[in-house]
Amino acid sequence: MSSFLVISVIVIYLSVIFYVAYWAEKNSKSKWVNNPYIYTLSLAVYCTAWTYYGSVGLATTSGLKFLTIYLGPVIIIPAWIILMKKIFRIAKGNKISSLADFISLRYGNDRFLGALVTIICVVAIVPYISLQLKAISETFNVITNHNMSSNSIINDTTFYIAILLAVFAAFFGTQHTDATERHKGIITAVALESIIKLFFFLIIGIYVTFYLFDGPSDIYKQASLLPDFKNQQSINGVEGGVNWFFLSILSMIAIMLLPRQFQVTVVENEREKYLKKVIWLFPLYLLLFNVFVIFIAWGGNVVFQNQQIDGDLYTLMLPLFNNHSSLALIGFLGGFSAAISMVVVSTLALSTMLSNNLIIPYGFLRKYSKGESEKNNESIKSIRRISIFSLIIVAYFFYKTFTLDHSLVSIGLISFVMIAQLAPSFFGGLFWRRGSSKGAKYGIIIGFLVTLYTLVMPFIVDSEIITSTFVNEGLFGIQILKPYELFGLQLLEPVPHAFFWSMFFNIITYVLISVNIIGSYRERNFAEMFVDSSKYAALHEDAYVWKGEAYVRDIRKVLARFLGEQRTERAMNLFFMKYNIDKNTQYADARLVNFSEKLLTGSIGSASSRILISSVVKEEEISLLEVLNILDETQKAKESNKELKERDKQKNEFLDTVSHELKTPITSIRALSEILLDDDDIDPPTKKKFLTSILSESERVSRLINNILDLEKLATGKEKLDLQENSIKNTIQKSIDAVRQLAINNGIIINDKGVKDAELFYDDDRIEQVIINFLSNAIKFSDEEGGIVSIYTYLVKDNLKVSVEDNGKGINSDELIFIFNKFYQAKNQTILKPAGSGLGLAISKQIIESHNGKIWAENIEPQGGARLTFTLPLNTN
Amino acid sequence: MKKLLIVDDEPNIVMSLEYIFKKENFEIFIARDGAEAIEIVENTIPDIILLDIMMPNVDGYQVLNHLKSNDALAKIKVIILSAKNKTSDIELGLKLGANKYIPKPFSTKKLVIEVNELLNKK
Repeated sequence: MSSFLVISVIVIYLSVIFYVAYWAEKNSKSKWVNNPYIYTLSLAVYCTAWTYYGSVGLATTSGLKFLTIYLGPVIIIPAWIILMKKIFRIAKGNKISSLADFISLRYGNDRFLGALVTIICVVAIVPYISLQLKAISETFNVITNHNMSSNSIINDTTFYIAILLAVFAAFFGTQHTDATERHKGIITAVALESIIKLFFFLIIGIYVTFYLFDGPSDIYKQASLLPDFKNQQSINGVEGGVNWFFLSILSMIAIMLLPRQFQVTVVENEREKYLKKVIWLFPLYLLLFNVFVIFIAWGGNVVFQNQQIDGDLYTLMLPLFNNHSSLALIGFLGGFSAAISMVVVSTLALSTMLSNNLIIPYGFLRKYSKGESEKNNESIKSIRRISIFSLIIVAYFFYKTFTLDHSLVSIGLISFVMIAQLAPSFFGGLFWRRGSSKGAKYGIIIGFLVTLYTLVMPFIVDSEIITSTFVNEGLFGIQILKPYELFGLQLLEPVPHAFFWSMFFNIITYVLISVNIIGSYRERNFAEMFVDSSKYAALHEDAYVWKGEAYVRDIRKVLARFLGEQRTERAMNLFFMKYNIDKNTQYADARLVNFSEKLLTGSIGSASSRILISSVVKEEEISLLEVLNILDETQKAKESNKELKERDKQKNEFLDTVSHELKTPITSIRALSEILLDDDDIDPPTKKKFLTSILSESERVSRLINNILDLEKLATGKEKLDLQENSIKNTIQKSIDAVRQLAINNGIIINDKGVKDAELFYDDDRIEQVIINFLSNAIKFSDEEGGIVSIYTYLVKDNLKVSVEDNGKGINSDELIFIFNKFYQAKNQTILKPAGSGLGLAISKQIIESHNGKIWAENIEPQGGARLTFTLPLNTN
Repeated sequence: MKKLLIVDDEPNIVMSLEYIFKKENFEIFIARDGAEAIEIVENTIPDIILLDIMMPNVDGYQVLNHLKSNDALAKIKVIILSAKNKTSDIELGLKLGANKYIPKPFSTKKLVIEVNELLNKK
C-alpha cells in the first residue's frame, strides 16, 4: 500500500478525533458527553497497542498467559467498585488531581513524597509511551512495506504524529488551570477510540477465524498439529500457575494505579453512580477484546509456520499475506487509535503530576506567591504544556536511541512492576492508620531499586547485547544475587520474580518504618480521614482540624494570586454564606484554612497549596486525640443541633396553635361582655343567652388549659400512673355514663353489648379519660340521624383490645395518621365548635403509650364509619 | 341599608358581631366557612366583610383571593378579624387586599368605628 494513502488516512482519522474532542469541549453539558457509557469506554484506555498486537504475540508462544493482564481487572472489578467509591469521596472532597497528589495528601501533604511518586510514574511510563510510538512506526512500515523510520527525524512520519499528539494533549488538556476540572474533549475522543479499536479488532478476529479458517475448531485442529503446541499452550503446572497468580495480581494493581487509569477513573469521574455501568460493561469490553486473540495467534502460527514473522504483527500480516490490504489498514487504524489514546491520556496525567507535584512545589512557589493571578495561571498552563511536549519528545528519542527489540509485552510489564511499587503506600494509606510518610518513601525507593536490579538492569544488559556475566552469574559472581533468581528463587519467570521481591521488600520496609516511627500530627490527621472516609466525608471542611492563628485578609491575598480578585471574592462569599459567618470576620478558622487549601489544590497540587497557605498562617500542633474529640463533637453537635431545631420548630407551632385556641374563646368573652356592659337596654332573654355563652367559653378556656397541662405532665413523665387491678367493664360503664347526656342531645344510641369483662392492671381514671375521648369523638362523627356508637372488647393473645365504632362518614384516609396529633381537628365534623380542645386524642395516645399499649384509627369497610382502638397488655409488671 | 357579611366558624363570635351591627342598622349575612362566604358574596354583593382566617376547608386567604380576582367583587371592603397576629400574618393579609387587619380579641366599640370609617371614606 502506498505510504501516501496511509498517511492521508491517518490525517483524516486524526482530524475526526480532533473534531470530536473539540465538539465535546464546546458541548460539555451534552448528554452525549456526560453519560456512564462514555465513562466506561474511556476506562478502556487500558487496552493499548500492547493489547492490540502484544497479546497476540504472547499467545503465539505462551498460550493463555496473555489473559492474566485482562483477568486481573475482571476479577478485581467488584472490589474495585467498592474501593473506588472510597477513593472518589476522598479525591473529590480534597480536589485531588492525580495519583501523586492522592498519596502525598494522605501522608500529610508531603512534598517529597508527591515528587517521588511523580518521578516513579514518569520513569515507568515514558518507555511505555515510546513503545506505543514504536508500535505505530513498525506497523506503518509493515502495511506500507517500506521504512518509515528513516534515520533523519525530518523524514520520520512517527515524529510528526508524536508532535500532533502533543498538540492535541496540550490543547485539550490545559483548557482549565484547575486540573480537577474534567477534560471532556479528551475523554470523549478516547471513548470513541475505544469503540473503534474494539470494533476493528473484532473485524480482524472474525476475518481470521471464519474467513481464513472454518471457525475455532478448524484453527484448533490445524494448530494442534504444530510441533511444540502442547508445550506452548498450557499453564505449565504449579510453576505456571504461580506465575499466573502473580501476573494477575500485578494487573489488578495496574488497573487502579497506572496514571492513565487513575486519570480516567478518578479525576475524570463525574458521578459515582457511573460505576454501576462499569461493573458489567467493562469486563464485557475486555472479554470481547480477548475472544479472538488466541485464534489469531494460532491462525498465524499455522499460516506462517517456518517463516520468521513476529507474532506481534500477525494482526496485520494475516490480511496482508492474503492480499486483503484494506483489512490490514483497518487493523492498523485500530492499533493506531489504541496507541494514541494511551499516549494522550498518559501524558495528560503525567503532566499534571509533573507540574503540581514536582515543578511548582520545588521551583515556582516563591514566584507565584508574588505574581498576579493572570500571569500565574498562564504560567501554570505553560508548565503543563511544556511537560506534555517534553514527555512525548523524550519518549520519541527513547524509542529512537534504544533498540527496543523486546516484545511489546515485556516493556509494558516492566512499567507495571514499577507502578506497583506505589501500591503498598496507596492501599496501606487507605486502610491502615499507622502507615507513615517515612515508611511510604523508603518502601517505594527500596521497591524501585529492587525492580531496577531484578528487571531493568538485566533487561538492558540483554537488549543491548552487552557481554556480561551479570545475568547468568549474579553481581560480582555471587550466585545468590543472580537478578532473575534472587536468593535462589527459581520458581518464577523474570516479571513475577521481580514483582514478588520488589513488593516483598517494599511492604516490609513500609510496615517496619511505619510501626517504629510515628508520623507528624498532620499526616496522622489525614490518615484518620482517609481510613475513615465515610465518617468524615459528611463533615467536608470541618473534617480537617487545624489549630492556630490566621487572618482572613492574608488568606484572601494568597487566593487572589491564583483565582483573581473576582473569583476569590465569590468563593469567600459562598464560604461565609455556607457557614453563616460574618463577612467582616478578621480571624480565619480551621474551616477557612482548609477550604482555601482545597481551592488551590486543583491548580498547584496539595503540597504546594499547603505550603502557600501555611506561609500566611501561624499553625499550632494538635494531637490526634484532640482531632478525634473535635471531630466527634462536631458530628454530635451537628446532630443535636438538627434535633434542637426540629424540636424548636415543633414547640413554636405548638405555641402558635395554643395561643390561637386560647384567643378564640377569649374573643367571644370579651365581645359579649363589652356588649353587656355598654348596652343598657338589652332584653333579658338575649342577656341570658350572652351570659350562658360567656360561661361556656370560660369553661372552654379552663378545659383547654387543663388539657395542655395534662399533656405536658404525661409527655414529660411527671405524673406517675396509679396502676391498680380494675375491671374494664366497670370503667367502660363509667365512661358511658359521662357521655350519655351528649349522646342523648345528639340523638345517638350507645351500644355496649360487645363488652366483656376482664380484670387487669391500669390507671382507672386515665383509661376512663381515653374511653370518654373515644366515645365523644365517635358521637361527633356519627350520622345525625340514626347514629349508633358501639363499643367492643376483645382478648387477643396477651392484650386487651377496646374498640369504639361509629356509623358516620369515616375519616379521610389521608387524615388517619394525623388525628392523634395535637390540635388536629378533622375536617368533616358534623357538630360545630366549641366541642373539643383538639387535644383529646393526643392525650389519649400519651396515656395508652405510657401503659405500653397501642392506639390507632381505621375506617370500617365497606359499611363506613370509623373505628378507634387501643390495647392494654394483660401482664403489666 | 348597608350589607355586612360575617365570616367566622365560632358561633359565639358570630352571635356578638350580629348583635352589634344589627344595632348599627346593617343588613347582616352570616357564613360559617369560606365556601359559604363565597356563595353568599356571589349572590348578594355586600358592602363590607368581616373575615376570619382560620376556618375549615376554605380559609380566609382563599376567600380574599377569590374576591380580588373578580372585578365585580374586588371593591368590597374587607376587614380581617383573626387570632393570627404575627407581623408576617398581618402583612400577608394586607398584601392580599384586605383594608384592615384587626387582631382578636378585639374591642367591639373600636370595630364599629373602623367599619363606619371605612364605609364613609370614598
